Amino acid sequence: MTQKEKAQVVLRLDGITKRFGPVTANEDVSFALHRGEVIALLGENGAGKTTLMNILFGQYTADEGSVELFGQPLPAGDPRAALDAGVGMVHQHFTLAGNLTVWENIVLGVDALSTASLKPAAAKARIRALSERFHLKVDPGAKVGRLTVGERQRVEILKALYRDAKILILDEPTAVLTPQEADALFATLREAIASGLSVIFISHKLHEVMAISDRVLVLRHGRLVAERATTDTHGEELAALMVGAEVSAPSIAPANPGAPLLTLRDVTTPGAGSAPGLARVSLDLRAGQITGLAGVSGNGQAALSDLISGLIAPASGSMELHGASPKGWSPRAAIANGVARIPEDRHKTGTIADFDLTENAILETYATRFSSRGWLDWSGARAFAQKLIAGYDIRCPGPDIRIRLLSGGNMQKLILGRVLEGAPDIILANQPVRGLDIGAVNYVHEQLAKARDRGAAVLLISEDLDEIMRLSDVIHVISEGRLSPEFARGTMRPEDLGRWMAGEGFEKGHTDAA
Amino acid sequence: MRLEPIAAPSFGRRILPPALAIGATFVVAALLAMIAGGNPFAVFGLILKGAFGSKFAILETLNSATPLIFTGLAIAVAFRAKLWNIGAEAQLYAGAVITVVLGTGALSLPAPLMLALCAIAAMLAGALILLGPALLKTRLGVDEVVTTLLFNFIFLLFVSYLLEGPLKDPMGMGWPKSARLIPEARLPRIVEGLRLHWGFALALIAAIAVWVINTLTTLGYEMRAVGQNAEAAAFAGIPVTKVILKTALLSGGLAGLAGFSEVSGLKGSLTLDLSPGFGYTGIVVAMLALLHPLGVVVAALFVAAIFVGADSMSRAAGVPSYLADIMLASALLFMVLAILLTKFRVRRD
Repeated sequence: MTQKEKAQVVLRLDGITKRFGPVTANEDVSFALHRGEVIALLGENGAGKTTLMNILFGQYTADEGSVELFGQPLPAGDPRAALDAGVGMVHQHFTLAGNLTVWENIVLGVDALSTASLKPAAAKARIRALSERFHLKVDPGAKVGRLTVGERQRVEILKALYRDAKILILDEPTAVLTPQEADALFATLREAIASGLSVIFISHKLHEVMAISDRVLVLRHGRLVAERATTDTHGEELAALMVGAEVSAPSIAPANPGAPLLTLRDVTTPGAGSAPGLARVSLDLRAGQITGLAGVSGNGQAALSDLISGLIAPASGSMELHGASPKGWSPRAAIANGVARIPEDRHKTGTIADFDLTENAILETYATRFSSRGWLDWSGARAFAQKLIAGYDIRCPGPDIRIRLLSGGNMQKLILGRVLEGAPDIILANQPVRGLDIGAVNYVHEQLAKARDRGAAVLLISEDLDEIMRLSDVIHVISEGRLSPEFARGTMRPEDLGRWMAGEGFEKGHTDAA
Repeated sequence: MRLEPIAAPSFGRRILPPALAIGATFVVAALLAMIAGGNPFAVFGLILKGAFGSKFAILETLNSATPLIFTGLAIAVAFRAKLWNIGAEAQLYAGAVITVVLGTGALSLPAPLMLALCAIAAMLAGALILLGPALLKTRLGVDEVVTTLLFNFIFLLFVSYLLEGPLKDPMGMGWPKSARLIPEARLPRIVEGLRLHWGFALALIAAIAVWVINTLTTLGYEMRAVGQNAEAAAFAGIPVTKVILKTALLSGGLAGLAGFSEVSGLKGSLTLDLSPGFGYTGIVVAMLALLHPLGVVVAALFVAAIFVGADSMSRAAGVPSYLADIMLASALLFMVLAILLTKFRVRRD
């Protein structure tokens, strides 16, 4: 590609400012995106990345400033205009209709579903071709409601590609892909870039930013604080720019494993939707050890998490906590048995958005710690909330703030505080850092490591292999409900785990036997 | 023009919807009054005078507000837990039926015991009526909107049968009407000589009790948690099914009290026109109150004042008292619209 083509500006943001009441989400942000260029947008949660992209995509209207696409001013507040101009956005929170099929979701908004001119076969064929080319494996005929998180994200990416997007905005696109899938996506993205696509890439994963981007823009508190050519910078500098200070990942000391606190033997559970249940899973969670569970989203992690959370019981096989089978397995029984549960979805499962911080803090313990004869002890509850705010560095105006107004990181700190305050000895952490900024990620990891060091058994479920490999003392891989053997820290390379994640290595007929 | 979500509505914005809804309602009513040939200001003046213009008018308004406070509370309690109880009408009649069964001479007890017994029995009867749909919802996932709504019609026909059969007053000259309550089963007047009965005081106590339950007890906390996010509540270990059933019992019990209060305090016997739709009007009251128990009292007084005032206005001004029904209906519609304004802000681009 010639220098001239490269220099063509496809998108220009000029002096964008956006306020929500007293909060300034974006302040005077200006940058230009060139043809065939990949810009990485870095920033902590709440730094204003998503707001900026929503303005660009027409979902919000900027208070000041303008957006220009291919030299034309973009009419504010009109997603249609952005779409028609060739902007495709893959949101972090998916925008799919669960009751429609994959191909229907993809053509929705491009063609009217009910017109005679719509040719399902042609649309499906095109989707198949795209999904093959971009290694985005998904069945066009499947109902989206039955897809896993990972598959839904693939549909989102396909949706943008199907519309011949000239500018692709990807908000945390690789969070649910295996390393191999992510590599494949990067490879094909590069291909598409070479043929003229421009990409804005939002990610917290610094190595991805380094691998794929040409330029990095760092947002902090809504302002553009730095702009670097990717070749001129390195991960540590970017991390420091993001949080405004040098950060260091927690160093994990060797484990000192003890007796198993939670034991599963040949446990089978029914599946939910298209997500498989567990197929004769045996697992030991040992005291003083972090057990990492790697795997592609939708391979039985949810079933294992629900089982340990107390939401479901084994259909067959046995479960023992502290060497005894629990009677009457339920969330309350789990909490009573010292199981701390950090759920996968902190918005839907972990907190009640319109409850205030105090009410959320006591969600698990209101009946046992903060009530007497049916009356709630609000002063005790508030004191507890204050203690969590101080002890877990929850940044908020006070215990009366509604939870929906907190950032993801602070919400997660509240959940951490809530479950760790009782010094639990079994900890289930399901995707504990998904969508968090580096500062919050390190904080959560430190807390988990600290709990391990005082003798807790930690199960870390994550689709982020880096996280698993950095934190875990032993690693299992889950695939289609089957559990791999236990691998000790340092004995496996990412590619080896990736093969297990893809379903290789498991005994033949293992699932059939279940 | 489009809507943008608001993260944290201020207090002013939260009380804005009722104010807006009531304002818009008066505009619509003024137009209709003009079409009917009245001067809107005179019409509103007469409504106001009819509702609050004399001691008699005020007491009449308070009496009329009483059943609406009970049904409004019943709806507010249920809706807060996202239990869509549309069956307060049947629950009210259940409370009335049991009051008549116990209070027409079958039992002979001193007045305080008799009244307490009737009130508790009425609560239980109303509660049991809602327990069925609630169990169908929690066990089988049957939509309670359908079951509670349809059960209203079944139960009213059942009451009709009772009034033509087992409960028919032998001295009633053939009218479908129950025997009169014995004096011990009648709620006395709060002040001798004034028409206001103790049911109104009971309604105020109930409103305060519901407010206390909502804000200070574990049950209130559980009901709010289940209503706002049942998935998170279940994950945290809150027994969601039990909470829904308890909510149903409380809601049905409050509606049952409305029936007791009307029969024992006001009418003295049961007829099929005991309630001109208090169970449904309670939905409007609860919505106008934004499901707040103390707001229910205010909303019920507002609704009662319109009805009482419109009655007297139509006699004086010749504008039909249907105006009250229209005002009520438009208040609900405007309220639903106005509630959007607490959650969204209109932007003009």
